Amino acid sequence: MNIVVCIKQVPDSAEVRINPETNTLIRDGVPTIINPYDMHAIEAGLQIKEMTKGKVTVITMGPPQAEAALREAISMGADDAVLLSDRAFAGADTWATAFTISKAIAKIGADIIICGKQAIDGDTAQVGPEMAEFLDIPHIAYIRKIEDIKPDSIKVQRMMDEGYDIVESSLPALLTVVKELNQPRLPSLKGKMAAKKAEIKKFGHKELEIDEKDTGIKGSPTQVKNIFAPEARGERKILTGNIEEQVYQLAEELKQLKCL
Amino acid sequence: MPIIVDRDKCTGCETCISVCPFDAIKIKDDGKAFINEYCQMCMACLSSCPEGAIIEIKEEGAPISYQPSDYKGVWIFAEQREGSIASVSLELLGAGRKLADELKTELSAVLFGADEKDANELIRWGADKVYHSGNAVFEKFNDEPYSRLLVNLIKEHKPAIVLAGATPIGRSFIPRVAASLRTGLTADCTSLGIDKDTGNLLQVRPAFGGNIMATILCPNHRPQIATVRPRVMKKGEYNPEKKGGIISVKAENLICRTKVIDTVKETSEYRVNLQEADIIIAGGRGLGDVKGFNLLFELAEILEGSVAASRAAVDEGWIQYSHQVGQTGKTVCPKIYIACGISGAVQHLVGMQSSDIIIAINKNPEAPIFNVATYGIVGDLYEALPLLIKKLKEIKS
Repeated sequence: MNIVVCIKQVPDSAEVRINPETNTLIRDGVPTIINPYDMHAIEAGLQIKEMTKGKVTVITMGPPQAEAALREAISMGADDAVLLSDRAFAGADTWATAFTISKAIAKIGADIIICGKQAIDGDTAQVGPEMAEFLDIPHIAYIRKIEDIKPDSIKVQRMMDEGYDIVESSLPALLTVVKELNQPRLPSLKGKMAAKKAEIKKFGHKELEIDEKDTGIKGSPTQVKNIFAPEARGERKILTGNIEEQVYQLAEELKQLKCL
Repeated sequence: MPIIVDRDKCTGCETCISVCPFDAIKIKDDGKAFINEYCQMCMACLSSCPEGAIIEIKEEGAPISYQPSDYKGVWIFAEQREGSIASVSLELLGAGRKLADELKTELSAVLFGADEKDANELIRWGADKVYHSGNAVFEKFNDEPYSRLLVNLIKEHKPAIVLAGATPIGRSFIPRVAASLRTGLTADCTSLGIDKDTGNLLQVRPAFGGNIMATILCPNHRPQIATVRPRVMKKGEYNPEKKGGIISVKAENLICRTKVIDTVKETSEYRVNLQEADIIIAGGRGLGDVKGFNLLFELAEILEGSVAASRAAVDEGWIQYSHQVGQTGKTVCPKIYIACGISGAVQHLVGMQSSDIIIAINKNPEAPIFNVATYGIVGDLYEALPLLIKKLKEIKS
């Protein structure tokens, strides 16, 4: 079974601090990581590979240094890696990103495509389902358990607001996964060696045979008009006295707010 | 490159360097800033430059792909779960009504599943028209028939704006609709407006983890599609007299390669549907112990609220992941959020800082949670919570 796992390199947000004067993020020297949800996607891919004697290809789109994320995935056990890097890809929104990656997946061929449910820097959760549309295959989002996998179908648990659905899909299909699905493994020594030596395939828009006008900022239907600091929070009310007095004032406020 | 440095104006002050999230700006040998190929065009540097030396070169871009006069009206996708309308749909009607009035156009709802009586309810909540299919294929949620029929309807009727809830359903199938129509989709909008000059939809959403807001446009493609977080928009007026048209739509030949075999409700003693809760009581590492949650559940009982947790508490195994609020958990905006023993790391704040009122109880007066709190109590939660529970019980009885 050919398994393709899509990953994204993101800033390690644990390191992010806010500059209180400018209210902007300080990202100077912030290390990058594989998007945490994508770690679960990689683990899912590796488990399916072990069950089906398949092959896992990891793919990412990003600047040249995103290669580090691919090598990390190889150290965990992925067999192959593809980097989509091209000046023409820069500034892509979800439409252009999904379009570009889906062209690469079509070129590689896949029975199962696995993505993290969303990336922690953009939080859109759109690229996975958009790719399924471009590839004309079904998708299931927010998967927390894979119950069964057969050569031509898969049965999973999909998270919903008040529980979960058990959903079956024909293959090929695209899955997006949540962290409850599994515990990502650590790289093995053998994997680390493989990661060092691995040859990363690199595709730009020419290799993918796509028009520049459908990629990057040119191919993106959405545009950022402006960015601004969020509004400061409203009035603050100070509670005074010892803990008991403060708690009682709070209880009165809650009563005023008709919480009881 | 669409973002460049005006070398005459640049003083080499380096302000832009630390603002860039992608480490894409360097000072070259000539002492001027240079934007390299790591630039992702996030625009963060534009406003940072004290000299106004960083400028965006507007590219030609894709030509307008539609006849502006062809696309009219505001649509909302009304989500139903097991035949009942989700409350986010009514919030969308509230938001959509305002946009439609501003554009002097019609507001329509699209309802798949449920029955005609529900369609009438949507009219009373503000819709002028409802496109409804009661076909059994929509009883359970499958992405393909949902997206296929919505795409067909949009192609036929050409709305200018389509809004849907940022729920597990909306976030799953709406991207397929946008991909298929080759148009933009903005996720998780927190506010919507109309650009007075162009009539374009202004879509505001948190960016870069919620510390910066971005206004997104989709100027050259139609429709403009956005998902909206539950509990952000206000429901519109309910008018029991309001009449409107219900258009029955056919759902034929819709491909569906997935099948929902079973729907399982997770019967938790306490409601976990945090995104719909009015009051949330959340616990963090400061609880010190799984037992601390018993106090939170007791308080939740009195206030009829739900219990949430920070990632730290979930990682400790004190409570299930479905209760987690924050960047890697749920985003909530209740009327009241009571944070107990939560220090307030950025990742937690982005998941709850749009709550109307935030109450923080924490031992550490320096904890960042106090920066966003409406009310703060500096002290031991094991002292404060039992007192609060006692006092609230007194008030209640």
